[in-house]
Amino acid sequence: MKLEGKRLIWQDYQKEIADDHYFYARSCIRQTFFPGAEAVFVKILKDELGKDIHDEQHHTSCTGIGYHSDVVPFDTTMTVVARQFALMTEAGYENYAASCVTSFGLYTEILDTWHHFPEKEAQIREYLFKATGREFTKPKNLAHASDIVYKFRHQIAAKAKYKLVDKNTGKPLKVVEHIGCHYSKMFPHKGIGGAEYPYVLSGMIEAWGGEVIDYPERRHCCGFGFRQYLVQANRGFSLSCSKKKFESMEPYEPDMIITNCPGCPMFLDRWQYALSEMEGKTYGENHNGIPVFTYEEVAGMIMGYDPWEIGLQVHQVPAEPLLDKIGIPYDSSRKFKGKNGEDLGMPESPSYLKFYSE
Amino acid sequence: MEKKAKYFGYSITRDRQIDYDANNHDICKIIAKAEPTLNLCISCGTCAATCTAGQFTDFSLRQVILLLRRGETKSLENEVSKCMLCGKCQLVCPRNVSTRNLVIQIGKALYDKKLSAETVNTK
Repeated sequence: MKLEGKRLIWQDYQKEIADDHYFYARSCIRQTFFPGAEAVFVKILKDELGKDIHDEQHHTSCTGIGYHSDVVPFDTTMTVVARQFALMTEAGYENYAASCVTSFGLYTEILDTWHHFPEKEAQIREYLFKATGREFTKPKNLAHASDIVYKFRHQIAAKAKYKLVDKNTGKPLKVVEHIGCHYSKMFPHKGIGGAEYPYVLSGMIEAWGGEVIDYPERRHCCGFGFRQYLVQANRGFSLSCSKKKFESMEPYEPDMIITNCPGCPMFLDRWQYALSEMEGKTYGENHNGIPVFTYEEVAGMIMGYDPWEIGLQVHQVPAEPLLDKIGIPYDSSRKFKGKNGEDLGMPESPSYLKFYSE
Repeated sequence: MEKKAKYFGYSITRDRQIDYDANNHDICKIIAKAEPTLNLCISCGTCAATCTAGQFTDFSLRQVILLLRRGETKSLENEVSKCMLCGKCQLVCPRNVSTRNLVIQIGKALYDKKLSAETVNTK
């Protein structure tokens, strides 16, 4: 990858990220897809970096999925988001940190709408007050959770036990970074590095010792596309998008994929299983897939957290080959055990994709 | 035992991307040597506009040349077989491309290619 030109582009797209005191809004789907990711984010920020982060329990969905699937009107969405801002104001915070890329894109879109149409903002304030009696101040700083991890990437690297390096060869791991479409494709100036060459995950990979792969379909969507997935008959579109990406990255032999969106890790992970069952094709070595992680899980991994504590067992593509490569120890017998040793049950073994159990 | 492909209620849409690296450009090189006027073609489409076969079917000589230059051999084979060799396109071509000979040469090159592939397979 030729970095000179990209660095110039990255310089043009820099944003301010608050240093401390975050109001954290969780994602609806991340908590079920990869439950460890958000827990790791809060743990790293609170315990490792000593930051103040307010994990609000009363906030709701931002309605992003409903909005992008054309079932929730924009006025309703704006009012729901206004309530989230009201909760932030009531908690005494000014820096809003969104866990979800869809939410982040939606908040950006709403704040931009209000900037251009102040009468709309006044109307939404009225709706919110009539419905809930709440008032709000707009966030002083809006950041996606990956922006915050990007900001503190060097501090995390300094505390890390491991690096994204192959322990046998000493060479950096080849990492594919995949950015959620709504992170910066709609508002390039709101993302680090812009829309064409977002730097948010590349920066983390470089700081943590890995090597970023620049492959032809790097900016292609994972295929989630809301309506493409929500209707079963349309899921072929979603699957085909992911397949296009896998075929494009396969010749570069990536060791792992890092994403910053709730949908992308889900689909890039699960579609590898679907493709293997439909076509008998796997994209990694020896019938392994390419493991897909969220940036928080990768941060947790290099910090030396127990892989099963951060939820790596709920990934469809097993993480074990990568853990072995980096040299992160794990106890196979505890893979499918819950927090207090309870048995979570063993999933069905796929036909082609390699499965690792005790 | 052969494992059966699972059906999940949806299917994979085949990619329509044209992969120049994977395509076969040999035939285009052979034709350009056999009929150098191919290099004069500016893809204006006059040939396709005057084509009698094109009036009644979706045949287009312009598309044939496009497929030839892209190296899409399979589609080229399907398309070129629709030509009746009447030569009207040659009369109207503003660049004096010998279109009739071009079609003959494409057919010949494809035939030779098929023949050599069969010879390799039977060896």
